[in-house]
Parts: sequence; C-alpha cells; structure tokens
Amino acid sequence: MNTLWNNYRYLILRRLSQVGILVLYFGANAWGWNILLGNLSSSNLLGIVPLSDPYAALQMFAAGAVIAGDLLIGAIIVAFFYFLVGGRAFCSWVCPINMVTDFAGWLRSKLEVGKMQAKQPASRNIRYWVLALSLILSTMLGVAAFEFISPISMVHRGIVFGLGFGWAAVLIIFLFDLFVLKHGWCGHICPLGGFYSLVGKYSLLRVWHDKDNCTECMKCKAVCPERQVLHMVAVNSETVLSGECTNCGRCIEVCDDDALGFSLRGYAEKNLAKNKKMGENQ
Amino acid sequence: MISDRRKFILNTARAVGITAIGGFVWSAYVEEAIASPLTLRPPGALVEDDFLKACIKCGLCVEACPYDTLLLSKPGDNKPLGTPYFVPRDIPCYMCPDIPCVPVCPTGALDESSVTTDGELDINIAEMGVAVVDAHSCIAFWGIQCDACYRACPLLGEAIKIEYSQNKRTGKHAYRIPVIDADACTGCGLCEKACVTEKAAVAILPTQVALGKVGDYYIKGWDKEDEKRLENAHEIKSTTDISKRSAMDSLNDSEDLY
Repeated sequence: MNTLWNNYRYLILRRLSQVGILVLYFGANAWGWNILLGNLSSSNLLGIVPLSDPYAALQMFAAGAVIAGDLLIGAIIVAFFYFLVGGRAFCSWVCPINMVTDFAGWLRSKLEVGKMQAKQPASRNIRYWVLALSLILSTMLGVAAFEFISPISMVHRGIVFGLGFGWAAVLIIFLFDLFVLKHGWCGHICPLGGFYSLVGKYSLLRVWHDKDNCTECMKCKAVCPERQVLHMVAVNSETVLSGECTNCGRCIEVCDDDALGFSLRGYAEKNLAKNKKMGENQ
Repeated sequence: MISDRRKFILNTARAVGITAIGGFVWSAYVEEAIASPLTLRPPGALVEDDFLKACIKCGLCVEACPYDTLLLSKPGDNKPLGTPYFVPRDIPCYMCPDIPCVPVCPTGALDESSVTTDGELDINIAEMGVAVVDAHSCIAFWGIQCDACYRACPLLGEAIKIEYSQNKRTGKHAYRIPVIDADACTGCGLCEKACVTEKAAVAILPTQVALGKVGDYYIKGWDKEDEKRLENAHEIKSTTDISKRSAMDSLNDSEDLY
C-alpha cells in the first residue's frame, strides 16, 4: 500500500485535482454551488475573485476586443499563479484533456504501437507555430480563433453545460495520440500548452535532478511526456528549467533512488551542496 | 549531403507551408462558424460582430439565468461554438427586472449600460430581437379570434397592438390583427412561445436580420427632426443614354410613348 502511494502519489493527486475542479464547475451549473462558477475560459471563485484564461484574453486582444477590467484582472491572476507553480502545471493538474492523452499514452505503450515507428516524425515546436498562427488568425478574423476549435474548452464546457458532438473531439485526440503521434496533442500541437510553456519559463516550482543518486535506470525518461526536458538525467545535477516540463511529478514518483524531486528554483542546488557537506561532517 | 544552411531554409519553408495549409483550413472553419446570423443573444449583447469578439464563452450568463432560457452552444448546434443563445419557442426570456445574466459577464460582451435607464437596470429597453408575424399562417388574419401573443406580451399593448378592420367575408365580424411595434419589442419571445399554431406564426428574429434601414435619401418631410438626416446625404449621379439631353427635351421628343 505504501509503495503504491509512493509510486503514484502525484498521479493520484493530479487526478483528484482535475476531477475535483470539474466537479466544482459542474456543481455550480447543476446544483447552484457558489464555489467555482463558469468554466476554464473564465470563472468566478467564491463570488469574488475573477479568473480568466490569459491565452483567451490574449487572442481577444489580438482580435481587437475591448478588454474589460474583470477579464484583465482574472487573466493576470491566473498568469501569475502559473508563473509561480510552473506554467504547464495547468496541463497536468487542471486540463481535462490530459486524462485522455495520458490514457492514450499508457495504452500506446501497452499495445506497443510505438514499435512501428521509433522515430517521432513531428517537431515539438509545432505548438509555438500554432500559437503564433492563432494570434494572426484572431487578428484577421476578428474573433479569438483558437477558442472556436479548442478541444479543451469544448470538452470542459461540454462536461459543465452539455457535450453535444464534443465527444468526437475527445475521440479524435485519443486516436491521434494512440496511433499517429506519441504525446501528439499535448506534447506537440496544443497552443495552450505552448502558451503556458512560455509563461512557466521562469517559474519558481521546479523539478531538480541529483546525479549522484541516479542509477541510470531511465524510468523517469520513459514515463515523462516531455522527455526532452530531462536531458540532464544521468549527466549533470541540475534543475529542470524548460518551460515545457508540466510539473506532473511522474518522474519523481517512478524514481526509486531519490534522484529527482520538487524544489523552488535555485534552492535545489544549494540544498544539494549543503546536504553533501553535512554528510561529510558526520 | 546537404548543407546546414540549405537544411535550415528547407525546414523553414516546410514549416511555413504546413502553417499556411493549417491556417487556411482553420480560418475557413472559423469564418463559416461565425457566419450564423439567426442566433438570438441574451439581453444587453453587443452587436453580433463585437459580441463574438468579446464573448469568452464562460457560461456565467447561462448559469445566472433562473429559467434555463440561456444555452451555451455545443458542437452540433450550428451556432458559434460556446456562445450563449436562446430558443424562444422552447424557453423564452422572462425578462427578470434584475437581469441576472448581464452583470455577471466578465468581458462586457453583455453590456450593462445598454439595459440601464437613469442608473437602474431596465429590461424593457433590451433588444434581443424583434417579433415578426407571418400573416399567412396567423389565424387572426383569417378572422378567427386569437390574441394569444397580445396577451402573452410583457409589454402589453405596447410591443404588440391589435388593429381592427372589417371582415368583409362575413360582413358582420372584425379582424383583430396583431401588429408589432419594433421599437418597443424586446425580442423576449413570450409571444412565440404562446402562439397556438403548429409552428409559431409570430417568431423572434435577431434585430439586425429583421429590420431594414431607410438610408439618407427618404425623409419624413413633415418632421423637422427627421429632416436633419438629409445632412448625411450626398449626391449620387447616374448616367444613362438619355442623360445626354435635358430632361425636358428628352420627354418632349420622345416618339414611342403613344
């Protein structure tokens, strides 16, 4: 039991967080709960705090909309929050699509779909192109372009307000990730993930790696949805600085050797050095 | 073996190509998706173009509506995705005096000032749409007595008036015809909900769809205020074959009139 918790603690917490947030939104619409109203595009916390998707606000700005005060405040609060905890913490702790793509990724490795094509045919930078494109199209069309095709808001809105054909979006992403491209949607295409990668570039909460403890089992790289961010594993003791890291914590819980952990930016190196010294003195 | 420079250029060209294809499909889809003029919006909504710019699709207005009138469009509804709308024949707008759906809007897509008079919320000036009567299927036009829409209207006697005229077929009855005053009508849809015919003979259309526009060339000459619109009018000159001669000559010389 203890090992189960130890090996899946962040995964369990993440699922609780993702589902819990959905339940709060759903309850607000279905049963009139006054905790978290609206949806991931824009919401109201406890009837006081406005929260807004900063990427949606950015698109609306590009589209030429007048940005209202509540929207601006909400977007700044959310952007600042993810600036602290790691931009893509949204992806792994909040976004409902993450559960779909994680499942597709897990099934893909179980079915050994990846054996067909070892080489990934697409660049992980596509998301930044899509991000730029979404802003250009927003300007050209005069509406927030990604918000009209976003499977994230489609599904999230769907669960809270009624799904319609939104299930098709889930299925498409699931099949795409399962058969076409490993970590295809979240790791390559999604411009919201790209946006949060940029927001989280200088974020405080980070994963650190201690090379001295590492036994080079590479379980962390196998489980990581953005394995390029773990380039230092078994090479150097350093902090994972890439904004593309989703702070999902999977690498930490699969590591049996205490070679990975969460820390605040900059503190890990200091602590590592200090601990070493203490160890020597004893 | 290709050089790094060549590789870089080719890779960039490929990325631009893929982006162009993606951008084409994406923009074509969005362009079609927002070209849906028959969508009825909540009270206080900006004109459709500005509304689509400003609406963040959060659904707070939908949650605020106590009658479940407002819906958030989902894939398959054929309305701009995620935006709020209502179908009056199913559930009309009951015109709450405190208009709960409008102040909750975080982006101003629902504009409080457009439903405010003298600093107080006033649902009676909302312009969600305009009722339009189909004289062909409205049974009042047959001479049958029905004033369901008139009675259902929250602005009784203002937005729908009944006009009387003689029913010449029977010689002794009156037609009681519903007539909409587009200025007073809020587009709440209670009339459409109340209409007794199989498909409602009175229906709400979005204001922009239902109403025409006179332009600057036709004015009420008897109305001093209305004459001011002439200031915007400017001369339009059209030239045809007979413009070569003066109007008088052209008329006098005409041979093929008789």
